[in-house]
Amino acid sequence: MYGESLFVQAFIYLGAAVISVPIAKRLGLGSVLGYLLAGMILGPFGLNLIGEEGQDVMHFAEFGVVMMLFLIGLELQPQLLWRLRRSILGLGGLQVTLSTLLGTLGLSLFGLQWQFALAISLSLALSSTALILQTLNEKGIIKTGAGQSAFAVLLFQDIAVIPILALLPLIATLPEIISSSGHGSHTWVEGMPPLIKTAVVFLSIIVIILAARYLMRPVFRFIARARLREIFTAAALLIVIGIALIMTKVGLSPALGTFLAGVVLANSEYRHELEGNIEPFKGLLLGVFFIAVGSSLDFNLVLENPGRIFGFVGLLILAKIVVLFILGRFFRMGLDQNLIFIFALAQGGEFAFVLASFAVQNGVLPVGIGNQMVAVVAVSMALTPLLMLLNEKLILPRFGTRESEEQEADDIHGDNPVIIAGFGNFGSIVGRLLHANNVGTTVLEYDSDHVETLRKLGYKVFYGDASRTDLLAAAGAEQARFIIISVGDAEKTLEIVETVKRNFPNLSILVRAIGRSHAYELMDLGVDHVYRDTLDTSLKMGVDALKLLGYRSHHAHRASQKFRQHDEAMMAELAEMRHDTGAYISRARQAIFNLQELLKMDLEDGGEDQDFGWDPTSRREEAREYLKKQKKGDE
Amino acid sequence: METRLHRKVLILFAHPALQHSRVNRKLIAGLDRLEGITFHDLYENYPDFYIDVEREQELLSEHEVIVFHHPLYWYSIPAILKEWQDLVLEHGWAYGHEGRALQNKVLFNTITTGGPERAYAADGYNHYTLRQLLAPIEQTAWLCRMTYLPPFAVHGTHLMQPELIDEYRQQYQRILKAFTRGELEVEQAAGLERLNDILVGTQKGASDVR
Ligand SMILES: Cc1cc2nc3c(=O)[nH]c(=O)nc-3n(C[C@H](O)[C@H](O)[C@H](O)COP(=O)(O)O)c2cc1C
Repeated sequence: MYGESLFVQAFIYLGAAVISVPIAKRLGLGSVLGYLLAGMILGPFGLNLIGEEGQDVMHFAEFGVVMMLFLIGLELQPQLLWRLRRSILGLGGLQVTLSTLLGTLGLSLFGLQWQFALAISLSLALSSTALILQTLNEKGIIKTGAGQSAFAVLLFQDIAVIPILALLPLIATLPEIISSSGHGSHTWVEGMPPLIKTAVVFLSIIVIILAARYLMRPVFRFIARARLREIFTAAALLIVIGIALIMTKVGLSPALGTFLAGVVLANSEYRHELEGNIEPFKGLLLGVFFIAVGSSLDFNLVLENPGRIFGFVGLLILAKIVVLFILGRFFRMGLDQNLIFIFALAQGGEFAFVLASFAVQNGVLPVGIGNQMVAVVAVSMALTPLLMLLNEKLILPRFGTRESEEQEADDIHGDNPVIIAGFGNFGSIVGRLLHANNVGTTVLEYDSDHVETLRKLGYKVFYGDASRTDLLAAAGAEQARFIIISVGDAEKTLEIVETVKRNFPNLSILVRAIGRSHAYELMDLGVDHVYRDTLDTSLKMGVDALKLLGYRSHHAHRASQKFRQHDEAMMAELAEMRHDTGAYISRARQAIFNLQELLKMDLEDGGEDQDFGWDPTSRREEAREYLKKQKKGDE
Repeated sequence: METRLHRKVLILFAHPALQHSRVNRKLIAGLDRLEGITFHDLYENYPDFYIDVEREQELLSEHEVIVFHHPLYWYSIPAILKEWQDLVLEHGWAYGHEGRALQNKVLFNTITTGGPERAYAADGYNHYTLRQLLAPIEQTAWLCRMTYLPPFAVHGTHLMQPELIDEYRQQYQRILKAFTRGELEVEQAAGLERLNDILVGTQKGASDVR
């Protein structure tokens, strides 16, 4: 029976997603709003299809946020952090500080005890990473100036949660509530004094960092050798779930733990493979999460006191807008960018849910305030996509300066212009040539031993199967100029070419062909740059052979250049003829005949080489005739 | 004499390291978009010096004015232009008893030099005028039955200000357009020391080419 009800649940959630999201996107509302609306409609205050268990589902789906933070962490190499340092520390730091100050002051004026005011403001200062990143990504503006600034602020907020969680218990004024958080689980730190608790929290964070740094890579290498994709997926999930477990046990947000692990793994060669494996789970779970947020919106609480809740929502959004506007001016954002930035970040976030329950449990906030806070945040989140839409459709067209977003766009991921799939004997030479000329390359390689060595030499190499769309996307196939496919397996090469053509039509392809017929197949797929892998080497060998036979170096060299030109012309011609089999055979025979003829013509007769301009024969003849005529005249 | 002859111009450009170029990079900007002008970058087309003779001869046949455009390297042309001459100007095609493919076409050099103009004189440190140094090309033109014109010269490139380079660019384009519009008198030009002077020469010349 349990199984059946699980299926029913899954059916309802998936059905809601499949129906509402495409409709919402069609209407230009974005997927997040679609999920939220679906949640509201299905929830206890709508069709009542998902009721009490909505809370449980939310706990489960929060795991989507956990995964998202892991993925965000994976994107955050130290170099990127360094490049965004000004935005992260300046923009993010000021945003959190100013919002908290403003909130605390304002709420204190309402007559709230300062500890309450501070706890509420700290929680509300944070915006919704899940909602904003998803929305900005969908709108394709994550890489604009505004998108980057928003990302930087969110990042600072995500990091700020750690100290906030650690410090909140210190301002507790109420007795701690010894209770379970939904699942009846007990944390290891229950009942410990605040200082020890804090110490345990920091200790567990350090353990996670150390484990990610020193333990996970050898483990991954071991798993990768098995060359079974599902095992790798299992391992990736295992890590995320494991960390989430530990963090829950010490009473911390699991999202933070996985985020940290992500950052530590960001420089590992398994980063893209991990991303590719976690991404689909994250997407689905986030969807469920948004549905759960929608369904858990406590309409009763809102209806009991609509003025109060909406009043607070209004104040919250207004306060955020003011702070963000000032920051935008201060950091010299253009008006357009500033507006996008403001409306993206003007809401409470999922961390507020976490912080609210944490604060209530630790006796920092009374239950009533906690519940109201959750309602306010949920409403503000539901309003965000609408506000952004409003900005996009009404405000920007009217007041925007229409400055080009292009010029501010900076590659947030620091992606390289070239992707090399396959870094064996062939690909490594291409890669080294580019590397030596300071061209950034992202390398995908399936041999884990190879990957390890190359990483030690300082190359940016990732482990993974390049025929997978998600891995290519993670490697930056959307932004790269072109991909060099130099794997040694003809079938795999075709597979990769097809994947790229289908999913990244803007990405140019340079491909290694393994032999002549493979080259034809690649040309049939519409690849313009096909390189037969042994052509140059065999020509070079041919040149040397000629030299050993007594030909002058330059003569042999020119002969090979001529030969090559002819051969390439024949390749192109034959590729077209190939489909008509009858024609192919005769053309191919003719080609062989042609080559022989050409070789003969080039080399048989010493006086008949192709560089006629260097051949003085005709001049000598003319001179001889001239001489004859003169002699005749003399006689 | 006043037959307006619209001539198509072929620019054979030779610079082995355009990434280091300051002057030529600007001089050639936009040339490929001018009507009646074909801009042909030799080093870009033949990085391995494997010159397609047939194609080059076709190009020559299709144009009436041929320009060797290059920086002066060791008082001469860059290597690929020499290779081009050796291979493309075939006996029996460009010269010799039956070689008349280039007959009556116009040839001149567009040259940039590091040395200043006054250095290219008998009493300057380069001892010869630019025109004298170009004698081998002038003679080549003669053997191919072509009309050779004095060079369009840009001297003193090393310290040249961007504004002046731009000025030269405009002069160059004006002269090229004068050819394509049939507004340039070849005989008058042949008598000059530098093709640049056709712009400031007689009143008529100046207004002609504008
Ligand atoms: C290999 C070489 C040889 C050169 N020989 C001469 C020369 O003989 N006389 C001269 O005036 N400048 C000479 N130069 C200077 C170049 O003519 C000058 O740098 C060039 O015309 C500047 O144009 P660009 O900025 O387009 O390269 C030489 C430069 C190089 C690199």
